[in-house]
Amino acid sequence: MIEIKDLHKSYKMGTNSLHVLKGINFEVSEGEMVAIMGSSGSGKSTLLNILGILDEADKGSYHLDETLIKNLNEKVAAKYRNKFLGFVFQSFNLINYKSALDNVALPLYYQGVKRNVRMEKALHYLNKVGLADWASHLPNELSGGQKQRVAIARALASNPKVLLADEPTGALDSITSYEVMELIQEINDEGKTILIVTHEDDIAHMCKRIVNLKDGIIIDDSLVDQVRVKSLENV
Amino acid sequence: MFRIESWQEIFETMQKNKLQTALTMISVFFGIFILVILVGFSSGIEKGVKSQFEEDATNRIAIRTGRTTKEYKGLNPGRRIQLRNKDYEGFNEKYKENIEYKTSVFSTWGGQVVYKGEIGNYRIEGAYPDQQFIENQRMVSGRFINNNDINETKKVAIIGNQIKEDLFKKKNPIGAYIEILGINFQVVGVYSDPGGKREESRVFIPLTTAQQVFNAGDKVRSLAYTVNMSDNFDEAVALSLAMSEGFENDIKANHSISPDDRSAVRVNNTLEEAKKIYGLIATISYIFWFVGIGTIIAGVVGVSNIMIIVVKERTKEIGVRKALGALPNSIIGMILQEAVFITAFAGFLGLFAGVALLELISPMIDSDYIKAPQVDFKTAMITVIILIIAGSLAGFVPARRAANIRPIEALRVE
Repeated sequence: MIEIKDLHKSYKMGTNSLHVLKGINFEVSEGEMVAIMGSSGSGKSTLLNILGILDEADKGSYHLDETLIKNLNEKVAAKYRNKFLGFVFQSFNLINYKSALDNVALPLYYQGVKRNVRMEKALHYLNKVGLADWASHLPNELSGGQKQRVAIARALASNPKVLLADEPTGALDSITSYEVMELIQEINDEGKTILIVTHEDDIAHMCKRIVNLKDGIIIDDSLVDQVRVKSLENV
Repeated sequence: MFRIESWQEIFETMQKNKLQTALTMISVFFGIFILVILVGFSSGIEKGVKSQFEEDATNRIAIRTGRTTKEYKGLNPGRRIQLRNKDYEGFNEKYKENIEYKTSVFSTWGGQVVYKGEIGNYRIEGAYPDQQFIENQRMVSGRFINNNDINETKKVAIIGNQIKEDLFKKKNPIGAYIEILGINFQVVGVYSDPGGKREESRVFIPLTTAQQVFNAGDKVRSLAYTVNMSDNFDEAVALSLAMSEGFENDIKANHSISPDDRSAVRVNNTLEEAKKIYGLIATISYIFWFVGIGTIIAGVVGVSNIMIIVVKERTKEIGVRKALGALPNSIIGMILQEAVFITAFAGFLGLFAGVALLELISPMIDSDYIKAPQVDFKTAMITVIILIIAGSLAGFVPARRAANIRPIEALRVE
């Protein structure tokens, strides 16, 4: 699903150039649930941005669903983002003057889906995250956990190949975090490929594989025994 | 661009930025409002001044004589110059190529006119048939003087609308007899004149009759001509000027007047005046458009400014939209549509308010020089087109800025 070879990325900071990614080799196959860990400055956000076609690498290759992602113009990049990727952000990034339902329907709007079909699909995904009753509410009428659920529903709405989550639990307390992770695990159970950037150990261990980044290179990449949120609740 | 959703988005963002939107709309509103009022008044001035000219034909040349002020060829100053039939006939022959209408006039300033006990004092003018066209008069009923009247020195009179109102009230004056200075004349026509009441308070009789009843012999008081108009206005003005000079020089030569005596002969060239006034009107109208467009530009810059703020405030949202797959064009469309909508909506309100105000005050304006200040359909359409172009211009810069927002940077904004 994702295939990265010898990825380099540096940022220019005035006269200095900051080498953030120093040769990343990394593959993710379909249905995986991968946590990308690392301290701040390790390059994990940069990697996620490149994976999300929000940024482009200087060197190396990136294949997403067997499509080479390179030198895309804005138009094609937007199309690929819409087709391949669903984003979940730490700060939710819902559009605050649109109802939960309209937020979820937005990617479909940009796909050119007709209104009634769009609303039906959006409601389906909102129902999936357990918020069908909150469809007409504005984001500021929802709790943090609910907002993140809406954001997840929005990320799923365009039925992307990969779900990219950047610190999805960073702004939530631990109970809500676990609830959100439970939802993400369920989505993964259905076969969706998921990448999560996090710096929290317990969240990382709820994934099936942990990739550890340090100073722009992968220092550890290993499969782990997934901790199911459900089993925690039963204890 | 015309999908329901895009309109919903506009209204949502407008609600979100209520104050900014309202302020912008006010500035655009006043831009268009002021433009409409200015253009309305400039067309009112144009109409007013033009109607002032229309009381006579615009290509008219009038010739009067007065007293000499300079000694010439041994003749003393203060000598009265009298025009006679032979002056008129001489000019008719000499300039016949370029003359359209011609008349000589013998008039009295005031004369008593009586109809069945109703008495009024009016100006009496003896003239030729062409007088009707030179004075720009329209027959309300009956006819004007004809050549037969002139040849047979008939005692017929053509009265102005005002005289008809004064003396005849509702009765039909055609065929009735009126007494002018004690002599019976038959009324054969009633005329109206764009110059209004003052110009309609005159009685016209055949020139020959006037010379006879006033014991004037072959004396005439003034001459009036209109110049053949060519299609080129400037050419016509030049011809008219040349003729005016010709008339003046000929009279000076024939009556032994010093060439630099400026009060003995007065030749009044309406076309030359008209050219000056039309030039002035055009200048006024340009200035008004300039000021009006200036105010619109100020309004449009306001819209642009607000849209830049809107884009800045929505940086993160635009970033999110892009991450969700929004194409750059859809972002440009979103901002542009909003800018055009704000300008067009506020502009139309301004247009309607301006037109409404003009309609309201136009009957109250009682000035000879401003008539019915209004905005015609064409001007309104031009304003609308200006608005839409202005709106797109106002939206363009902010829209480009929005489209160039990089999602990754936008998402970093907290």
